[in-house]
Amino acid sequence: MLRTLTAAAAALLVFPFLATTAVTAAELKPAVVFDMGGKFDKSFNEGVFNGVEKFKKETGVSYREFEVTNETQREQALRRMAQRGADPIIGVGFAQAPALEKVAKEFPNTRFTIIDSVVDLPNVRSVVFKEHEGSFLVGMIAALKSETGKVGFVGGMDIPLIRKFACGYEQGARHVNGSAEVLQNMTGTTPAAWNDPTRGSELAKSQFDRGVDVVYAAAGGTGVGVYQMAKDSGKFAIGVDSNQNHLQPGTMLTSMLKRVDVAAYKAFKDAHDGSWSPGVQVLGLAEEGVGWALDEHNKDLVTDEMRAKVAAASAEIVSGSLTVHDYMSDNSCSY
Amino acid sequence: MSEPQQNLQDGADRPGAGVTAPPAIELRDINKSFGPVHANKNVNLSVRPGDIHGTIGENGAGKSTLMSILYGFYEADSGEILIGGKPTSIRSSRDAIAAGIGMVHQHFMLVDNMSVVENIMLGAESGAILASSVAAARAELERLEREYNLDVDPDALAGDLPVGQQQRVEILKALYRGADILILDEPTGVLTPQETDQLFRILDSLRQEGVTVILITHKLREIMAVTDHVSVMRQGEIIADRVTAETNKEELAELMVGRKVLLSLDKAAPRVGETVLRVENLSFVDRAGVARVDKVSFSVHAGEIVGIAGVSGNGQSELLELLSGIRPVTSGQFSMMGEDFSTEHPLDPATMRDVKAAHVPEDRLRTGLVKAFAADESAILGYHRSAAYNSAVFLDRGAIERDCGQKMSDFDVRPQNPALKTANFSGGNQQKIVLAREISRGPRLLLVGQPTRGVDIGAIEFIHRNIIAMRDSGSAVLLVSVELDEIMSLSDRILVMFEGRIVGEVAADQADERLLGLMMANAAPEQAGAAGS
Amino acid sequence: MSSAPGRIPRWVDVALIPLVNIALAFIVSGVILWTIDVDPFAAVEIILFGAFGYDEAIGYTLYYTTNFVFTGLAVAVAFHAGLFNIGGEGQAYIGGLGVGLGILLVDSSLPFILILPFSILAAAAFGAAWAAIPAYLQAYRGSHIVITTIMFNFIAAALMVYLMVNVLIQPGSMSPESREFAEQAHLPFMHEVFGWFGMQVTPSPLNLSVVWAAICCFLVWAFIWRTRWGYEIRTVGANETAAIYAGIDPRRIVMLAMCVSGALAGFVGINEIMGVHHRLLLNFTAGYGFTGIAVSLMGRNHPVGIVLASLLFGMLYQGGAELAFEEPKVTRELVVTIQGLVILFSGALAFMMKGPIERAYLRIAGGFQRPAGQEG
Repeated sequence: MLRTLTAAAAALLVFPFLATTAVTAAELKPAVVFDMGGKFDKSFNEGVFNGVEKFKKETGVSYREFEVTNETQREQALRRMAQRGADPIIGVGFAQAPALEKVAKEFPNTRFTIIDSVVDLPNVRSVVFKEHEGSFLVGMIAALKSETGKVGFVGGMDIPLIRKFACGYEQGARHVNGSAEVLQNMTGTTPAAWNDPTRGSELAKSQFDRGVDVVYAAAGGTGVGVYQMAKDSGKFAIGVDSNQNHLQPGTMLTSMLKRVDVAAYKAFKDAHDGSWSPGVQVLGLAEEGVGWALDEHNKDLVTDEMRAKVAAASAEIVSGSLTVHDYMSDNSCSY
Repeated sequence: MSEPQQNLQDGADRPGAGVTAPPAIELRDINKSFGPVHANKNVNLSVRPGDIHGTIGENGAGKSTLMSILYGFYEADSGEILIGGKPTSIRSSRDAIAAGIGMVHQHFMLVDNMSVVENIMLGAESGAILASSVAAARAELERLEREYNLDVDPDALAGDLPVGQQQRVEILKALYRGADILILDEPTGVLTPQETDQLFRILDSLRQEGVTVILITHKLREIMAVTDHVSVMRQGEIIADRVTAETNKEELAELMVGRKVLLSLDKAAPRVGETVLRVENLSFVDRAGVARVDKVSFSVHAGEIVGIAGVSGNGQSELLELLSGIRPVTSGQFSMMGEDFSTEHPLDPATMRDVKAAHVPEDRLRTGLVKAFAADESAILGYHRSAAYNSAVFLDRGAIERDCGQKMSDFDVRPQNPALKTANFSGGNQQKIVLAREISRGPRLLLVGQPTRGVDIGAIEFIHRNIIAMRDSGSAVLLVSVELDEIMSLSDRILVMFEGRIVGEVAADQADERLLGLMMANAAPEQAGAAGS
Repeated sequence: MSSAPGRIPRWVDVALIPLVNIALAFIVSGVILWTIDVDPFAAVEIILFGAFGYDEAIGYTLYYTTNFVFTGLAVAVAFHAGLFNIGGEGQAYIGGLGVGLGILLVDSSLPFILILPFSILAAAAFGAAWAAIPAYLQAYRGSHIVITTIMFNFIAAALMVYLMVNVLIQPGSMSPESREFAEQAHLPFMHEVFGWFGMQVTPSPLNLSVVWAAICCFLVWAFIWRTRWGYEIRTVGANETAAIYAGIDPRRIVMLAMCVSGALAGFVGINEIMGVHHRLLLNFTAGYGFTGIAVSLMGRNHPVGIVLASLLFGMLYQGGAELAFEEPKVTRELVVTIQGLVILFSGALAFMMKGPIERAYLRIAGGFQRPAGQEG
């Protein structure tokens, strides 16, 4: 045992050297650090996972990955990736921003990408989304579809980002129907709220009981329970992040798309193609970073009239004649 | 099933001691060691069928180990067991039951929230369908109850039954499994005198029905009262076998302890001083609204021992707990060393010690000691805040250990090791630790409950002498005991409690067992005038 | 009688049985790894090397260990009073809140030398206060402390989210975090401390709170076994009837033990908030409070045992993360499974092997002693 440990120690000592040779051989060594939700959260992290998998399939370049389990591991994992010569490195989620900022300073020659937050460094690309714009559109669809004038929102953990979703959704619903009632519930106060489908079902049920007939879930894995309950109750649900229409065809009204997969894919692909650039990318409707999903599963649910109205509003937002209030700009949803 | 052994074939080739049947149980050269401890040494025991055979010895003499071997809990290192003359291998309690042996443990093994009939059939269910086996069990139970005069309500919950009846359920359980040899391990430890008498009547009728009974006890009176034969154990060996009718308490006590034991105490006439404890109309009402202590008044003076007699459960325990501050008083008052206590000015146990009263509780393991503590830690319980054991912040370990060592040598506690865990001392030595702790500070009032319960004969004598020494040095002693012998030999005055009230007072020199027994049952004709004095 | 069969030496109970339990956990883990085509021996090497093989690894291991020592001690102190404090997680969370609020209040006006004791007091006070409520409900209202402490974990989480999202969040920030503390309110990292003495050590989150954890181990030992309050706590835990007889008020002991317990759990906040993150944030407790239960159980509620068990769990956390990092087939769920197996075998099934091992010991030891006994 001792001998192998020594051998491993020796390997570690020479590793930086090996890494350097690897890079000079122009072999890309991309890496991704998922956040606490885990790469199979049916939502945000999984979107990133799908993006990097697509990259792997297209280019044949494999990547390193790590899923953090506590606050401290973010920095540890990012640094270990950088030490091992990984480049570029994606940090998933706003919570990784402080860790990534620290590590990016230590490794100025490594290219980092942070999703959902802004880190202002010359070797960091920051990708943020205008979730409020996408949520605005699905809010419109919800209100257009609703017969009761009541639409619901089920959030995951109660954090500003999710309030941003809720706020955009509320504005969209009110845009269609000034007296629309928007019922909101957050699943919980711990990260477990991202993966609690049972609680999601209960919240959806209680909203349905209060007259809601369309519910929008921005709650990671918790959403699965919401969609199931919508199907069981004969109501409509709206998915989030990736296109979730296929989960419950017939009752999935649409999904609010947040193209983290594209962002992750591009972070690797640009580096692969030599076109990687640092800086802030704000992806909204105009950049097609957010949107709503229309496919064979929901084409019968969304009428032409609805499509037209949403398209019109979308065009206004892109042109700037209609602005959607961003909750995070002032930490309130007053518009 | 429960018929006595009719098979005489095996016995024929054994020249028995004039008996036609072979011994119900015969143990030959049984040895058992636990590490360095030789718990049973070349034990030979022969029990005649239909006998009540007593096995007597002090705690740790090896009685329980021997019976555990017989019941299959332990396997002997060497030796042979013969049941009804046949060599039998008993490796588990299942084997023992198959050989017709039943055991009633000191601590009952009943499921409290099951009915009697369910308890009886537990582990002996006859089939998958519960209802049919319940009916069969009930029929069999009723037959056994008739046959042996064991009256228990089959549908009562075991937990609701009084202790004596629970014991009957244990006996019925053994009989239900076809036992014709019954081992009872210290069966009277938890019983009132009345229940003890009932148990002995039951044993007698079992004997008449041909059941062989082995009675393990350390109480001489019980051996003399019911057994036919008695074996005395000391230090792992059987040192004597006697026909009960041909021996006496003194001889048995000497055999058990290995030296002459004084069973009666000589004590000087009391020199009674000032009133130390005065109790006036003291009452305690429990949550169910029952007055467990009912307007009790009496007083105890310096230099005398006042004994409180009564059948267990008539308020003596509660009285002691009121006077030691463990329970809050419902009404009435009492004064200790001139200080008054009542509901308005309650006594707490720490204050009791401050006014120089001490309390030896009835149940040393539940109340008086902490089993998990080293002996020296148990020996400061209640006095742990005393400056003698504390520096500013920390306990003075050295002082505590020295103090305990001193107490151990003064009170002959063995082994004399203050660091040994309290649980590893025998009952008598544990009691000595409690007594040493409470006596050695020279209290002016000593409250003592059941001072010799579960204590060896040798230690009983020692404890009694110390209590009398306390009284002779001018302390007041209030003694609660359910052992009439103890009350009569120690007390100067005897109060009798019945259903929470004091129903009479007798001077010790005028008390006899019959009179006290009647008073304890509240049936004495001459007590009318004495009540409430 | 009871002492006769009980000739099992202490080392069997405190060392051999836990080691056998851990070995069993590793054997089962090894079988699981083997079924997914991971060489279990290589995995053990990665875990050990990743936890102890180089200075940074040791730093991380000890950083986790620090948290487990605090929460393990917290559980142990309550356990000595016969209380099962499941609320270490919430008490640590609120303890951290105390540290954060305290530092945010004074970090620009006080020097480090004053901030440090102030933060320790804040952690202790907040943790203790959070434990005091369930303690009061248990002592004076009879609500079972297991239930109330669990519920207070959730209440703590909800309170923290409310405060972080609505009150303490840095304006304009994406994540619910407070502003970063001023430099003088950072507890120095150990690599900085070594740096003062001219020693080069790779940076890790290990900070001076590890020293405080060691001091706490000693203080807890002295408190429990060498003071009259510890004596009273142990008396209540071992035999409440005897405690009442001895004039000890169990209600006050419940309050005392839980407050000390909560204060110890609160020190996780010193490590995490003051030592590592230097800002108030969500979820920094990451289950350390729950792991503390296993640590205390395994460590037999004794500081020495708790340090050893904390090291074991520190190793599993850090080495497990390295395993997940090095072996793509090993997911973090599998690492949690290995940790869970260790908890299962040494906590829940702690006594499964007790009987067989003691019998085996007696057989072996008895084999040596019998000849002597027969001569005597």
